[in-house]
Amino acid sequence: MKEKLNVWKLTNTVVMLAVSILFLLPFIWMLSASFKLETDVFKYPIQWIPERWNAVENYKEIWAGQYAFYLYYWNSIKVAVLTTLISCTVSALAAYGFSKIDFPAGKWLFLIVLATYMVPSQAILIPQFILYRNIGLFDSHFGLILLGCFSVLGTFMLRQFFMGLHNDYIESAKIDGAGHWRIFWQIAFPLVRPAIATYAILRFIWTWNDYQNPLIFIRTDKLYTIPQAVDKFASMNGEFYSLIMAAAVSAIFPLLITFIIGQKSVIEGIAVGGVKG
Amino acid sequence: MNTTSSNMTLVEKKARHTQSKSALRRKESLAGLLFVAPMLIGVTVLTLLPILATFVLSFADWNFVAGMQGLKWTGVENFEKLFADESFRISLKNNFIFIFTVPIYMIVSLALAIMINKHVYLKSFFKVAYFMPYISSVVAIAIVWQVLFHPSAGPVNQFLMSIGIDNPPKWIADPAYALPSVMMISVWISIGYNMIVYMAALQSIPKDLYEAADIDGANGWTQFRKITVPMLSPTSFFLLVTGIISSFKVFDLIAVLTKGGPMQSTSMLVWYLYDQAFINLRVGYASSIAVVLFFCVLLITVLQWFGQKKWVNY
Repeated sequence: MKEKLNVWKLTNTVVMLAVSILFLLPFIWMLSASFKLETDVFKYPIQWIPERWNAVENYKEIWAGQYAFYLYYWNSIKVAVLTTLISCTVSALAAYGFSKIDFPAGKWLFLIVLATYMVPSQAILIPQFILYRNIGLFDSHFGLILLGCFSVLGTFMLRQFFMGLHNDYIESAKIDGAGHWRIFWQIAFPLVRPAIATYAILRFIWTWNDYQNPLIFIRTDKLYTIPQAVDKFASMNGEFYSLIMAAAVSAIFPLLITFIIGQKSVIEGIAVGGVKG
Repeated sequence: MNTTSSNMTLVEKKARHTQSKSALRRKESLAGLLFVAPMLIGVTVLTLLPILATFVLSFADWNFVAGMQGLKWTGVENFEKLFADESFRISLKNNFIFIFTVPIYMIVSLALAIMINKHVYLKSFFKVAYFMPYISSVVAIAIVWQVLFHPSAGPVNQFLMSIGIDNPPKWIADPAYALPSVMMISVWISIGYNMIVYMAALQSIPKDLYEAADIDGANGWTQFRKITVPMLSPTSFFLLVTGIISSFKVFDLIAVLTKGGPMQSTSMLVWYLYDQAFINLRVGYASSIAVVLFFCVLLITVLQWFGQKKWVNY
């Protein structure tokens, strides 16, 4: 019986490997093209391992040449890290307030916040644009960061975890004379740290990948984030596919690292929190 | 201490007690408000007020360049124009066609989730492999597919020609194939996410249900139909609703891959909104598209609330 089961599993594994190639091949092609001379990119049959290498030159051109990817990287890191930090703080504070402090308005306020979750970001883009232009947040990283800081999804996710904390901890801390601020930082926050880490990784990935907000709220070349830079680069250098692929690889690489490091958190976060936001 | 309290009347004591209790209450309320304030201010300024403004602007004719004096109230004219607008109708139609990606990727994701959950080795490799497109930047992915789908030189068509298909489709360059091509890529991106959610749901189905079915002699197919599918119905429902909503919001893929073309064959609601607002600078008109988008999403959410009871086994 056990032997038979293994054969069945093995066959499935082989079939699934074949299917997974469909998912990986575009990435492998991208990586391999980024290592090639431009003239070899479209050679058929495809040279998966380049016969003539041009990797160093391609990546040097992208990173240190006139395209200044180091600058866009720095912009993306700055925006993604700050958005993640502020968003986690704001969401954790709100989540604590909504779950662990018993005040009459809390329930209603939470419902209002939750209701805004269904507002599509594109439906409010125009007033946001007008507002930003008038208060001077347009075309600045600070404005871009602010847009990603008030996540309903983050608040909802963290609230679930705070609710799982036993109220006894909080009651006994209160009896010892601690205020909510102290309880939050010294007791509640450390206890939900894994949940916050999960949310932080997701928020980082989403912010890094965000294309729509930078497209609309950032105009100055020097302030571009990675997705914006890759897009502009591709439309300006339509014929240099090896370079475009090197840019695309550079855009995806940090995500891959983040994902591999935080794999368990990412998958759990997706499974629990559900929705992209 | 003792003397003061014994000198107080009972009424006084009670009053003081309620006073300190209500003071505590007030303190608690204040603390609560302070904790939620940053979130509340952010949501109010960046979501609630803009949604109101969108509705207001949808009844006006305005562009960003003209100052406040340039704003003209036009009533429902924008909406009348919108529904007579051929481009808008095409975009809306494309959006409805695009919804078909949702059941397709749900079915594929479920099949993959079941396989990975129980019937294969190398589980974590598969999880990462299928998840790669979801985790990657849509812009980078769109650019890679743009090259892969290149009509003459692209690897996809070179492969098709090498196996004897002389006139392969021109994919995103051909109005007839552009939308299906974009849909294919969207399916490819969405599978990883849906698969992970399904895997989590599969793991929460109690094992004894299957054991009992085994004893009763139910085969795998019957078990799948009578246990797995019903037990997964809340998850399927959730994925269906969120999937349809996100199909209304698709933007990055279109903006990078096709810009709504060729010949508007991939234009969709949000792309048309973007085009009208930020390229043609028609703020009022674009706002009325935003209102339509808002109501589409609202409608789906409301249907979810009513549909839930009929569809879903909890």
